[in-house]
Amino acid sequence: MTALSEMLVLTGRSMKHILRSPDTIITVCIMPIAMMLMFVYIFGGAIKSALPAGTNYVTYQLPGILLITVASGVAYTALRVFTDRQKGIFSRLHTMPISRGAALWAHVITSIVSNLVSVLVVIAVALLIGFRSSAGPLAWLGIIGMVLLFTLAMTWLAVIPGLTAKSAETAGAFSYPLIFLPFLSSAFAPTDTMPWAVRVFAEYQPVTPIVNSIRALLTNQPVGSNLWVALAWLIGISIVTFCIAVRLYRKAV
Amino acid sequence: MNANTSTVAGTTDRPAAIAIDDLHKAFGANQVLKGIDLKVHTGEIFALLGSNGAGKTTTINICTGLLKPDRGRVAICGFDVARQADQVRRVISLTGQFAAVDDILTGRENLELIARLRSVTDPKAIATALLKRFDLEDAADRRASTYSGGMNRRLDIAMSLIGTPQVIFLDEPTTGLDPESRLEVWRSVEELAAGGTTILLTTQYLDEAERLANRIAILHQGVIIACGTMAELKELLPQPKIEYVEKQPSLEDIFLAITAKEAK
Ligand SMILES: Nc1ncnc2c1ncn2[C@@H]1O[C@H](COP(=O)(O)OP(=O)(O)OP(=O)(O)O)[C@@H](O)[C@H]1O
Ligand SMILES: [Mg+2]
Repeated sequence: MTALSEMLVLTGRSMKHILRSPDTIITVCIMPIAMMLMFVYIFGGAIKSALPAGTNYVTYQLPGILLITVASGVAYTALRVFTDRQKGIFSRLHTMPISRGAALWAHVITSIVSNLVSVLVVIAVALLIGFRSSAGPLAWLGIIGMVLLFTLAMTWLAVIPGLTAKSAETAGAFSYPLIFLPFLSSAFAPTDTMPWAVRVFAEYQPVTPIVNSIRALLTNQPVGSNLWVALAWLIGISIVTFCIAVRLYRKAV
Repeated sequence: MNANTSTVAGTTDRPAAIAIDDLHKAFGANQVLKGIDLKVHTGEIFALLGSNGAGKTTTINICTGLLKPDRGRVAICGFDVARQADQVRRVISLTGQFAAVDDILTGRENLELIARLRSVTDPKAIATALLKRFDLEDAADRRASTYSGGMNRRLDIAMSLIGTPQVIFLDEPTTGLDPESRLEVWRSVEELAAGGTTILLTTQYLDEAERLANRIAILHQGVIIACGTMAELKELLPQPKIEYVEKQPSLEDIFLAITAKEAK
């Protein structure tokens, strides 16, 4: 069997885990959807007055909501990795004649596929409440690429607590600060109304350029330097977390 | 002069199934293994006895490549565990101390998963056959999370038999099993050995070692303090006084008699 087909067999296995506990997908989607409804229907009216006239606020806040969806989804990735380590599944696989990385990559693929599904569900709800985009096919490609890259970076980040946590509860805890990051960014309100310290943080943390890029692509605006800053952050985080995760994986099992 | 100079006098031309040489392992200040030497021959059932914390699991983890020793070497069928890990993995199989079963999959799916990964020709047929052999047919399509401890253990052992490995490591295979399942595991171990499979098992039960193993080693405080056949080990003891008493049935005999399936 090739490493690729081993990985696919193991991906099929963890996809079964998700399909058998649909509550994981529902839980992952409910929270960002609730936040979106809150922002659109409760704060949206007030925030809109600070935005250029004619701004569609559902579209405006969607990029941040998508990032929150992924940030809460990868908590389950950490949990699945943790369970496999805890239950000795990794050990069992490592004494078998299969490629060493197959088990880890299977978790990564599963994470990407399941998060993509959650993102699509959230986008569908956004469409129902008035999300509209004038993006062309090329812009959509860019949006999908950006969300995928963000998912990849967060997935490798999630593998680290999955491999090191002492309990199932702490394995997913890293995602709370991640979920919080979009609030301290340009995701829901323009940064220039924020107090100075928050504003500096908001402008220099990775969520702002990512949100700005996706928002520009959705509304057919020029992305400018945001795109390069966002890509640099995402590729940088992916590489660093990948290296740490792979090293931990080699040591842990 | 002997033309066959590469063969050291006294050794056979076939490598031992498991050759453990001067194994040392410490966890921090805890010196667990202090120089273990063992040879397990092909087709042999070898029992490693030791109390809690003696280092049985540590020894097995080193033999299966899950843990690196501080010093010493292990060779499986002539392949060095540290340097020829791929070849080693092709001939071994491990049933760890705690069942490594996927709770969310059914028993059948667990077996099919391993069969696919091991590139067995007919995963479905293998799974069905093993479910029958380990008396798991009724529970085959239930999630493993609903299994009892003994069923989990049986599934775990069944998973280790897929792909007909030449050397099987069983870490406390019968701990937590009822007497009937225990006999079932014993029977499987004996069948495997009869078919030429080498088995290294650890146990805390003296009767299990006595009943199953061709040879027994006792691991105590980091070293092997005794190693040999049951007869050889018995000679280590002072001659017992011979007394004649009526043989009483043991609790196990009684338990087995009254729990035996009446239908059969
Ligand atoms: N990863 C580890 N880190 C630190 N100490 C460890 C580790 N693994 C084992 N030990 C220690 O090494 C010793 C031997 O452990 P091991 O699990 O090999 O014993 P064992 O003979 O299998 O015992 P048991 O019958 O309880 O399964 C114990 O003192 C244990 O605490
Ligand atoms: Mg043990």
